[in-house]
Amino acid sequence: MSDKHSIPGPLANEGLPLAERGLFCDAPPRQYQRANKITEAFWNWARAQSLWILGFGTGCGAIELRPLMTSRFDMYRYGIQPRPTPRQSSVFVIGGYASVKTLKRIVRSYEQMMGPKFVVALGSCTINGGMYWDSYNTIKRIDQYIPVDVYIAGCMPRPEALLAGFQELKRIIRAGRGEGQNEYARKFEWYKANQKQVIKDWNMPDYNW
Amino acid sequence: MITAILTRVGYALVSLFVITNYGLLLIGSMARISAKVQGRVGQPVWQPYLDIIKSTAKRNSISHGVMFYLGPVFRLAGGVGTYLFIPAVFGSALFRNFSDSGDLLLVMYFIFFGQLGMALGASEGGHPYSAIGVSRGLAQMTAFEVPFALSVIAVAIQYKTLDITAIVAAQQGGFLHWTVATNPVAVVAALIAFLGMSMHNPFSVVIAPQEIPIGPPTEYQSNLLGMLQTNRAIFNGAKLVLYMNLFFGGATSLPVMVIKTFLIYFINVFVGQAFPRLRVDQSIRFFLGAPTVIGVAGVIIALL
Repeated sequence: MSDKHSIPGPLANEGLPLAERGLFCDAPPRQYQRANKITEAFWNWARAQSLWILGFGTGCGAIELRPLMTSRFDMYRYGIQPRPTPRQSSVFVIGGYASVKTLKRIVRSYEQMMGPKFVVALGSCTINGGMYWDSYNTIKRIDQYIPVDVYIAGCMPRPEALLAGFQELKRIIRAGRGEGQNEYARKFEWYKANQKQVIKDWNMPDYNW
Repeated sequence: MITAILTRVGYALVSLFVITNYGLLLIGSMARISAKVQGRVGQPVWQPYLDIIKSTAKRNSISHGVMFYLGPVFRLAGGVGTYLFIPAVFGSALFRNFSDSGDLLLVMYFIFFGQLGMALGASEGGHPYSAIGVSRGLAQMTAFEVPFALSVIAVAIQYKTLDITAIVAAQQGGFLHWTVATNPVAVVAALIAFLGMSMHNPFSVVIAPQEIPIGPPTEYQSNLLGMLQTNRAIFNGAKLVLYMNLFFGGATSLPVMVIKTFLIYFINVFVGQAFPRLRVDQSIRFFLGAPTVIGVAGVIIALL
C-alpha cells in the first residue's frame, strides 16, 4: 500500500504549500449580523421565494430530486430551481446516505455556498443512518457535520414529500429561523472536530470559502 | 445648454428604468409561456425580481481580484451602453436616449463589448468552466455576428445612413415601408442571428444556467450575480428595440413598442420550444452557412 493513502494531509491552511495558500480563504467563517427587522423580513421573504438548490446528488435519494423538474411536479412554480455551482445556490439537498468520502465533498460544497444557506436532508439515512445504520463507511446523523434546517423522513421520500419539505423550509426562512450559516460559524470548532473524527484522510484546507 | 443636457440625462434614466422593468417582466413572462407549452404551471412572472433581490440580499461574497469585479461592470456597461444609443420610441423626447448620427456602428460595438469584458472577469475567477463558457460564448457570438452584420450593412445601404433615428424615419408611413417588406431577405438573416444573440434554444448551450457548464458566470455570486441578471434584462430590451427600429418600422408610442418587441421576442419561444439544443461547433457551422448566404443575398438586393 502506498504512503499516499495512509498519511493524512495538512490539517490547516497554514500547512498548505505557499503557492496554494492564495487559492483558499485564510480565516474561519464569521457570524453575520441580521439587518433591521423590516429589511430582514423583506429579504427573508425574497429568499424563501427564490430557492436555488445545488444540483449535487450525494446519495441514492437524489433520484427523487429529478422528477421535481418535470411537468408533473414542476418545482419552478414555487421558485425552486437547480443551479450547478455552490456559489450561486442557496439550498443544499443532502440526497440520502452520506458515505465518508461524500461527506468531504458535502463539507467543501457547503462551505463554498454564499450565506444565508439552507440544508434539506432527505431520507432516513440522514437522520439515523437508516438501512446503513451499521455500515462502517456511512455517517449516521448529518447534522453533526453541517447544520440542517429540514429533515424529510422516508426511504425514499416521494417527490410530494420533498415539495412539502420545501414548503416547510420556506416557513422557516420567512420566520427568520434559517440561520444555519451563523450556527456553523458559532459552533465551528465542534463541527470541524466531528468532521475530522470521521474523515481520516483530511487532505483539504480547513477553510474552503 | 446645461439644463438641456441634464434634462436629456434625466429622460435617459427614466427610459433605462422602464426598459429594465420591461426586460425583467419579458423574461418572466416568456419563462411562463414556455412552461405552458411544456404542460407546466411555471414560475411566477415576477420571479426575475425575486431572484435579483435574493442575490442582492446575500450576506457574504467572495472576490478573485479587481478584474473579477470589473467583469459584471463591463457587462452592465455593455447592456446600458447598447440601450442608451438606441432611440426606443420614435419622435418621443423621453425615450430618445442619446441617439445621434452614426449610432448604429456604436451600438454594434457595444453589443460585443459586454461579452469581452465578461471574458476578462470570468477568466479571473479561475474556474475551468468559466473559461469553457467564455470560449463557447465568444465563438458563437463571432459566428452569429456575420449574418447580423451583413443584414445591418444591407439596411445601411438601403437607407444610406448609419443613424438609427433616420432609418426609423425612412420606414414610417405604413407596413409596406418597413424593412421586413422592402428587404425581407436581410431581415430573415437578422432574425436567425437574433436567435443566437438571445441564447435561447437551439443556441442556449453557452449559458445553460442549470447545468454543469453554466458558462462565464460560474464563479459569480451574490450582488455580482444580481448585476448580471439585471444586465440580462436591459440587454434583452436593447436588442429587441434595435431590431424593432431596424427592421420593423420602429415605434411611435410606448404601447406600440411593447407589442412589437414582445412579438419579436416571441420568435425565440416558437423556435426554442420546437428545436433541441445545438452544440457550439454545430451552431457555428450553422451560422456561417445558410444565414450568411442569406445575408449576402440581402446586401446584394439592397445594392440593386
